Amino acid sequence: MDYLNTHLLSLILFLPTVAALIMLFLPSGETKLLRWFAFSASLIPFVLTLVLWAGFDPNAAGFQFEEVYPWYEALHSSLHLGVDGISLSMVLLTTLLTPLAILASFSVTDRVKPYMMLFLFLETGMLGVFMALDLLIFFVFWEIGLVPMYFLINQWGSANRNYASLKFMIYTMGGSLGLLLAVQMLGVLFGTYDLLELYQRWNALDSGTLLGMSVSTVKAIAFWAFAIAFAVKVPVWPFHTWLPDAHTEAPTAGSMILAGVLLKLGAYGFIRLVLPFYPNEAKYFAGALAFLAAAAIVFGAFGSFGQTDFKRLVAYSSVNHMGFVVLGIAAAGLAAGTADAHIAMNGAVLQMFNHGLSAAGMFFLVGVIYERAHTRNLDDFGGLFPLVPVYGGILIFMSMASLGLPGLNGFVSEFMIVRGAYPVLTVYTAISMLGLLFTGAYILKGIMKVLHGPMNEHWAHGEHKLTEINAREILVALPLMALILVIGVWPAWILEVINKAVVALF
Amino acid sequence: MTTETLIWLIPLPPLLAFFLIVLFTNKNKALSHSVAVGAAFLSWLGSMVVFVRALGVEHLGAHPFASSINWLPTGETWLKIGVLIDPTSAAVLFFVAWTVLMIFLYSVGYHNYGQPAGDHDRPGLPPHGATVADEHGHKHTVLSVEPMYSRFFAFIGLFAFGMYTLVVSDNLLTLFVGWEIMGLCSYLLIGFWYAKPSARNAAIKAFMTTRIGDVFMLLGIAFLYSATGTLTFRGIFTEETLHVLGAVPAGVFGLSAAGLISILLFIGTIGKSAQWPLHVWLPDAMEGPTPVSAMIHAATMVSAGVYAVIRMFPLLTADFNGHELTTAMSVVAFIGAFTAIFAATIAVAQNDIKRVLAYSTISQLGFMIAALGIGAYVAAVFHLITHAFFKALLFLGSGSVIHGMEHGVLHTGNHHVDPQDMFNMGGLRKKMPITFWTFLIGGFALAGFPVLTAGFWSKDEILADAWGHGHMAVFLTLAVAAFLTAFYTMRQITLTFLGEPRTEEAKHAHETPWTMTAPLVVLSFFAVTYGWVGIPEHFPILGGLVPNWFHEFVGGTLAEHPEALEFSAVPLLTSLGVALGGLFFGWLVYRNVTSVEQDKLQIPVLKNKWYFDEAYDFLFIKPAVWFSEVFVSKWMDKGLIDGILHVFGPVTDAVGSFIRRWIDLLIINQTIGDGSANVTYWAGENLRPIQTGRIQQYLILSLSILLLVGGLVYFLLLA
Repeated sequence: MDYLNTHLLSLILFLPTVAALIMLFLPSGETKLLRWFAFSASLIPFVLTLVLWAGFDPNAAGFQFEEVYPWYEALHSSLHLGVDGISLSMVLLTTLLTPLAILASFSVTDRVKPYMMLFLFLETGMLGVFMALDLLIFFVFWEIGLVPMYFLINQWGSANRNYASLKFMIYTMGGSLGLLLAVQMLGVLFGTYDLLELYQRWNALDSGTLLGMSVSTVKAIAFWAFAIAFAVKVPVWPFHTWLPDAHTEAPTAGSMILAGVLLKLGAYGFIRLVLPFYPNEAKYFAGALAFLAAAAIVFGAFGSFGQTDFKRLVAYSSVNHMGFVVLGIAAAGLAAGTADAHIAMNGAVLQMFNHGLSAAGMFFLVGVIYERAHTRNLDDFGGLFPLVPVYGGILIFMSMASLGLPGLNGFVSEFMIVRGAYPVLTVYTAISMLGLLFTGAYILKGIMKVLHGPMNEHWAHGEHKLTEINAREILVALPLMALILVIGVWPAWILEVINKAVVALF
Repeated sequence: MTTETLIWLIPLPPLLAFFLIVLFTNKNKALSHSVAVGAAFLSWLGSMVVFVRALGVEHLGAHPFASSINWLPTGETWLKIGVLIDPTSAAVLFFVAWTVLMIFLYSVGYHNYGQPAGDHDRPGLPPHGATVADEHGHKHTVLSVEPMYSRFFAFIGLFAFGMYTLVVSDNLLTLFVGWEIMGLCSYLLIGFWYAKPSARNAAIKAFMTTRIGDVFMLLGIAFLYSATGTLTFRGIFTEETLHVLGAVPAGVFGLSAAGLISILLFIGTIGKSAQWPLHVWLPDAMEGPTPVSAMIHAATMVSAGVYAVIRMFPLLTADFNGHELTTAMSVVAFIGAFTAIFAATIAVAQNDIKRVLAYSTISQLGFMIAALGIGAYVAAVFHLITHAFFKALLFLGSGSVIHGMEHGVLHTGNHHVDPQDMFNMGGLRKKMPITFWTFLIGGFALAGFPVLTAGFWSKDEILADAWGHGHMAVFLTLAVAAFLTAFYTMRQITLTFLGEPRTEEAKHAHETPWTMTAPLVVLSFFAVTYGWVGIPEHFPILGGLVPNWFHEFVGGTLAEHPEALEFSAVPLLTSLGVALGGLFFGWLVYRNVTSVEQDKLQIPVLKNKWYFDEAYDFLFIKPAVWFSEVFVSKWMDKGLIDGILHVFGPVTDAVGSFIRRWIDLLIINQTIGDGSANVTYWAGENLRPIQTGRIQQYLILSLSILLLVGGLVYFLLLA
């Protein structure tokens, strides 16, 4: 028990990798065994995360469950792990969505072994980013996460997968170039990559010259180097066009994780690195960031409304929703230290969690229908409600969560962001309301085009007969729906954890 | 149980019913409607207990039932949510509980419970009737049960939950939650028969139009919350806070902060209560089953919009000096009064029995909004309640008529006859007596038939208030609207019930079952008697016989109890004149009309609702679609942004090719690599001729080189 408590984070982090390595020795033909093994293995980190959650003390300041292992001593970089309320909620999101994504992938029959292994590797990559308290480790995990996702899209994706996977990979890596340079600069300057130490020493540095330039110029450049890397990942308008392609071409479970967790890495980067490292720049450039956020919200909503492919429609909705996260971050940067900042940041973190649930759910539901119909074209559907009533009910529920219906989770976080941003970024908040309005339009368009209308004879009989969502698939949707409802009705259980960390940090 | 606990529990039974039906009982029709009606009954019971207890509290306005809990951590503090029953919400709770229960009961009959399943019915379409054989082997077509019977009860359960939540809320946030849940339910229920394209479109239109209001309302809530740090009514409506909000300028249009917040919140109401210019969704919402129309247009949703303004009244009037209307109040009064007359003109030219009522609803809501705009708080609440009763009655009555007509349609088998078109009716008073008498009561209440009906007392109070405080424009507008109201009401009654049947179907119409008529009777009781609780003190003869309980009770909600108005004959005579005159002319013009051609008021601009749908389509919807599909998706994302990204590929390629061709291939490979080899090769090649193998030549060569080197050394180094 004691061992468990002192090694909890590293266990959660590396168990998926260990499981993936064990899978190497399982027979490739036994798909059933492989699926169940991967699924059960991914449940262990989830259970351990629940243990972590139970043992986490929201009232204690700073990071908890810290672990330090020597890693690259020549560079003074160590494997330093730890969680606070913000990262804890993201860890929960990751360990929850991974088993669900694996369960959703039970219908994959092509090369099951490498597929499942990649998912488990991916989980380690994502968790590493959320747990890292060392800048270099953060970067390493940041990049590691890309590789399995690249292969998942490239090998198991649909028609245009080569283009999409290349765009995803190159774009994200291109964005990370500046990040890498900035990270190295920090490491060289201070001889350490430890985040906690860097927070203090880097912020204490506020005058003089660095590398032949004034400190403020260096900081402004480094700020944008960080910001662009994360903005690509979030993605913020106008860096968003990789997303619809990657999401649309990825296999269902890939899209679930991509929308559910990978996008959060970008927002998490803003919260963990950009705001603490560059409080002054964040304040100074808050307007610019808010402009991009508002553009993402508005153009994301319009872009979504303009799609004819169901999956692209959902993909664009992520741009729209993640825009709110960035708006909250911009407001928190601008108003740092005030109640407005706390509310906005609480909203932003909760919105990350909420979007993780609803976007994963939406992509899953798109996948369910795609598997049966082999088309995602909205014009091919319509009038499916009488054929698949249970699926229809779940789709409407999930859509409403995505729309931000009060009583469900999205509303709470969007309300907090709007509330936090309104006093400091009034105009941008008002503009983003246009996006909120059109959120309704594209959600309703999706429902109308898929479910409503005269009963669709094409899918009603014969070889095209659409079958109802099955028990396994309901089992994937159920935990998401339950959490969506619980957070909508009673958000305090998760917000209390987030809130304390937010108040301590901002 | 303490009253506060009971208030917390009131909204829950319908919500529970929703989940029970959706998850467990949806296959069993009887169980589903029992659960739903039972839940509505429990909420009704709780509401009545709370209402009675509220009556027993002295100065309920100052000491309301209230209780709250921490809900959302916001930095160092919490956002609290809770319940509040003050006189206004108690009065509203009363009518909501009654109308909701009646609508639930009515739905059982309306959806043909107990009838056989239809021959060709399928989910998503209204039932088409079933063929049954009697004992003699004759085949009849009878009404068939709704295929999605259970689902309907689940949805209206959720709907009722939304409304109860809104009414008992002590803060704007949960009010907004209830508000939006109703928005969802209206979407689901208007589009209940989703396989009909018209219903599907109407549902989306309703949701989107009200959402326009909602996003402004959300901004208003955010503004209010950041300005005051609280969202509870009692926290905001302290003298100090209101004074500050009323004094601080908002920076736009010369409004105070209170004014701007009020307007933002009011835009939400414009959407929800279907006020001009966001009124367009409501008539289309008639696509839903009739109990839904009653639910949305009388009992719950549109009332919610007015209720929100009523709740925010202290904020709206924060900088009101008692005489000159503030900008925000003028806006509210203008929108209300304009909507009242605007919608009334359209109602005159409609032939669908439900659409008349739809426009009538918009118009009557305009009366309430206008009343609030001129500061007539009690009159607005009064009209809200009386209207809810008689409008629910009228909608349910019209549903009963349609049901009776459908019976006739199934009898004749002629499905081209629209059972909702009033010109296909006539003479139904004999076939459907209960429906007729109750509809007559409801119609007269709507028209404001003097003294007897509730509608008279509430409408009169609004007119009296407008007159008494000198708001002439509002007074005149509303008076004309009231005349039109009486006129189209009598037109409707005349065309539907009076005269002789104009079609075979109307001849075979049939009275509806007790589950439908009983609610009509209950509601008509309130449509008459509810007016008597608010007879002004100074009214001739009747005034003072019974105390003006309503004014005393509801007026107590406000910090300053509004004064009773001085009696004036002008508004009284006006409301008598317009009500009786309208009714008389309505009867006079339409008593002999037998077909739509004889109707002189089928004016295109009125029939086409002043072309607002077309204008909005052209101005907003088409551009928005173009902006999404073409501008954002094609031009910006695929064209510009991806275009720029796609430049990187060829550019990188070009740089790579350049490097390979001109540097790698040319300089490194050809020049340096191959070049050095070539030079060596060339040197070897050219030196070959001297490799002759003749010793003499070698010696001569050695000698010459020796001489040359020796000479060079001598001259260069030694000399």
